[in-house]
Amino acid sequence: MTPPPLPATDPIWGRLSLNAIPLHEPILIATFGAVVLGGLVMLALITKYRLWGWLWREWFTTVDHKKIGIMYMILGLVMFLRGFADAIMMRLQQAMAFGGSEGYLNAHHYDQIFTAHGVIMIFFVAMPFITGLMNYIVPLQIGARDVSFPFLNNFSFWMTTAGAVLVMVSLFVGEFAQTGWLAYPPLSGIAYSPNVGVDYYIWALQIAGVGTTLSGINLIVTILKLRAPGMGLMKMPVFTWTSLCANILIVASFPVLTAVLALLGLDRYAGTNFFTNDFGGSPMMYVNLIWIWGHPEVYILILPLFGVFSEVTSTFSGKRLFGYTSMVYATVCITILSYLVWLHHFFTMGSGASVNSFFGITTMVISIPTGAKLFNWLFTMYRGRIRFDLPMMWTIAFMLTFVVGGMTGVLLAVPPADFVLHNSLFLIAHFHNVIIGGVLFGLFAAINYWWPKAFGFKLDVFWGKVSFWCWVVGFWLAFMPLYILGLMGVTRRMRVFDDPSLQIWFVVAGIGAAIIAVGILAMLIQFAVSIWKRDQLRETSGDPWNGRTLEWATSSPPPDYNFAFTPVIHDLDAWHDMKRRGAERPLTGFRDIHMPSNTGAGIILAGISTVLGFALIWHIWWLAGLSLISLIGGAIVHSFNYKRDFHIPAATVAEVEDKRTRQLSAAGA
Amino acid sequence: MRLLPLLTVLPLLAGCDMVVLDPAGDVARQQGNLIVISTVLMLLIIVPVMALTVFFAWRYRAANSEATYKPDWDHSTQLELVIWAAPLLIIICLGALTWVATHLLDPYRPLTRTAAGVPVAAEVKPLEVNVVALDWKWLFIYPEQGIATVNELAVPVDRPIQFRISASSVMNSFYIPALAGQIYAMPGMETRLHGVFNHEGDFTGFSANYSGAGFSNMRFAVKSLSADGFARWADGARGAGQSLDRAAYLKLERPSEKEPVQRFASVDPALFDAVVNLCVEPGKMCMHDMMSIDAKGGLGMAGVYNVRDLAYDKFAARGSASTTLKPRYVAAACAVPMAPSKAPVDRPADLAPLTGAGLSRPSRPLAPERTARNETPIPGRPLI
Repeated sequence: MTPPPLPATDPIWGRLSLNAIPLHEPILIATFGAVVLGGLVMLALITKYRLWGWLWREWFTTVDHKKIGIMYMILGLVMFLRGFADAIMMRLQQAMAFGGSEGYLNAHHYDQIFTAHGVIMIFFVAMPFITGLMNYIVPLQIGARDVSFPFLNNFSFWMTTAGAVLVMVSLFVGEFAQTGWLAYPPLSGIAYSPNVGVDYYIWALQIAGVGTTLSGINLIVTILKLRAPGMGLMKMPVFTWTSLCANILIVASFPVLTAVLALLGLDRYAGTNFFTNDFGGSPMMYVNLIWIWGHPEVYILILPLFGVFSEVTSTFSGKRLFGYTSMVYATVCITILSYLVWLHHFFTMGSGASVNSFFGITTMVISIPTGAKLFNWLFTMYRGRIRFDLPMMWTIAFMLTFVVGGMTGVLLAVPPADFVLHNSLFLIAHFHNVIIGGVLFGLFAAINYWWPKAFGFKLDVFWGKVSFWCWVVGFWLAFMPLYILGLMGVTRRMRVFDDPSLQIWFVVAGIGAAIIAVGILAMLIQFAVSIWKRDQLRETSGDPWNGRTLEWATSSPPPDYNFAFTPVIHDLDAWHDMKRRGAERPLTGFRDIHMPSNTGAGIILAGISTVLGFALIWHIWWLAGLSLISLIGGAIVHSFNYKRDFHIPAATVAEVEDKRTRQLSAAGA
Repeated sequence: MRLLPLLTVLPLLAGCDMVVLDPAGDVARQQGNLIVISTVLMLLIIVPVMALTVFFAWRYRAANSEATYKPDWDHSTQLELVIWAAPLLIIICLGALTWVATHLLDPYRPLTRTAAGVPVAAEVKPLEVNVVALDWKWLFIYPEQGIATVNELAVPVDRPIQFRISASSVMNSFYIPALAGQIYAMPGMETRLHGVFNHEGDFTGFSANYSGAGFSNMRFAVKSLSADGFARWADGARGAGQSLDRAAYLKLERPSEKEPVQRFASVDPALFDAVVNLCVEPGKMCMHDMMSIDAKGGLGMAGVYNVRDLAYDKFAARGSASTTLKPRYVAAACAVPMAPSKAPVDRPADLAPLTGAGLSRPSRPLAPERTARNETPIPGRPLI
């Protein structure tokens, strides 16, 4: 149903009024009730156990890359549940809406759901997950004490969270965009989407984009400047290499997204005509620009996970990584090539045959370095001693799943084939095949692999395996039918269907999604059970998997300062090399360690940004002005904060290290 | 191992109608065949990789102490050459295939054959159909027959069809899976598509790009008829009585869903060009006029106020009015009236087979520069 016309802009409330609360949507009201109830219970518990101060001091204001990494992962997990709820609702709607049935979702609601699903899964699930992972692991892998700009790191995290908060607010106040996740104009222009949905989209992404870009800069500088002595670029662990490339992609591509959304925002707010039909606007320019960001984005997501698979394969095969050099060059090739393929997302917009062939072939060329990587993992396994712990299981599942997704991707890069498959469910199946099979499976491998490092105990294996099998089986069951439906000529984003013969495939896909839901549940149980049984699963050596890279050299969880002495690197597999040479852990001679201080500036500035975004969305100009001024003022005030650092006294370091020595000898005894 | 469930599905697949792989039109058939060929080419490398993955995982499992274990073996130049060369070779083959097929199956390229081994005779003129994607229905204009329809496309079998495609408000994609691949329908732009049906029958077409609330029901019936059947059908439409002039079009383009089939006995011959140029409404300046004014240096400061003629996007088009932006209205001084379209159908294609060198497109006269007099409006492809 069409929402009621917007009220005239009120000087105090802007466009906001009670009509903005979607009282006519029972699903939203129920969700809202559940969220409020759950939220209140949580707040009450935090208050009851007097955790506010602890949360503020230890977490919200922290500049420790490890804690920020964990907070990113929690953000990703929470938003993942939201994004997955959207997915289940779509599957249910599409399985129902046959034979004249309208299903249970009207167009206004359904169109918001598929838009939100895409936006959330990419920007607020995949991005926080990989950023969190890189944040936690990279400084440890290169032997650093923290990232280069610790405050910026905290600020980046909270800006990402601010974007996520705006998306969540759109659920209950107003509406989200009904445009598809890339909001192509003219549909997303003010003439055809006059309500606040697209404004929520723009401001959520703009604010989160600030966080992503800054965190990209931060990690690049960290990797380039803070490596331990001896770690030349070609001695960096592969995960650090892929992170470096992913962050270079972030810094080079996110400004394009910011610019294109700013232009769309100007069209909507200031009446400019960059992407309108009239006055010489060019909607196609938007499509080009957004994909110049959008295609590198998918490599931003997958590259760090390629690094994870390299680490996991090498560790669990008990063997050096095969072809490290070609692995690095393959990564760099992919980084560069990812800028030369954007047009393959719109072969069907009428470009000439030569242009289409050029972009089709460059796309295929990317599969060469990717293929080389796959072979490198294969030959790392070759003549190894493979232990099938959970991270390795996820890696094998990835290798078998991802090749199929890669194959269908190359298929879609053939322009004449794309003409019949573009926007079809075949395409949907393809990118879920690579994103779930590559990014998510990689994340699950990474979580199982590095959890003991972060928390000092391993994850429960039984529930991990339940989750694994549900995910793998559920994935194939959910997406194989979509490949088939795509070949039957079914297009994406449909709400109702005519042809009854399609229904069975949607039902199968729905069952697949339900099995994935069980997999997610099993994973949550896995976390809960592992925390519950943490004493049985305790891991005191710091090196549970017989690891090879530097993060395994320190304790689990690592001390605030990561390494009491900065290690010196002689070999690619630094920790493996240290173990082999019988390097002794230094027990004396500790010195004061210089550390960054916590600050509340990040969360405060991001909080003000959220208010600013909300005010702009609802045209509450006085509030927008006020929050903009406080934002700038706050940043200036923070620049006068000279309490930026402190020293951990040598005595404290000695105490922590002695404790670890006792722990190690107890484990050894 | 993982392929097994796939294999069990295969018999099921035989039962379902994979229109993309088994279409009724020659162009779509070639595209479908290309999917199969490319897949087979890639399976040449995918299958061994999957098999090796499973084999290595099993063979080198930790429990198997008989397998060789070489923890420090991490390089082999020969092997590296092979693992880069194998995908490279496949991509070289696939790339060559892509280059040729993309040119041969370019939707803008007039057809040279209606089926394998059946060239288009020189005197055959393709049927021209002008397509407009409206909010949320499809308008088909037949300039040759002088008729128009909504949500129904009838075409004669075995005769090449040339579509000129545009849209009224937002982006859609014009797709008839049984006929040929899709192409976007975009406001203010014209795209083209060529196709042919090889047998008679009833098919469906739809929009393959999300365009708003009514998108799901933006389907239309496609009828492939015999030459006689098509003539009868066109006569029937001519008897429908209704006429599609600009006023009727402006009424028709308002958002609506699940529109029943409508037929128009006559149609304003300049309508489609006016749609592409965003100037169906009386008094509106056509885009080509605006461009030619701009090309001559524009109107100076007068142009800043002279906006009513140019404002096209309808702020209340989708049912809820925006209160924020009110375009200023100043009436225009002079707008050149549109001449009826004299856009020639593309010249018959060069039937000489494509060779590798150059792969030149079938020659088409270059579009002459647009002038305010609009004598030969040949909208080209979109700029990008």
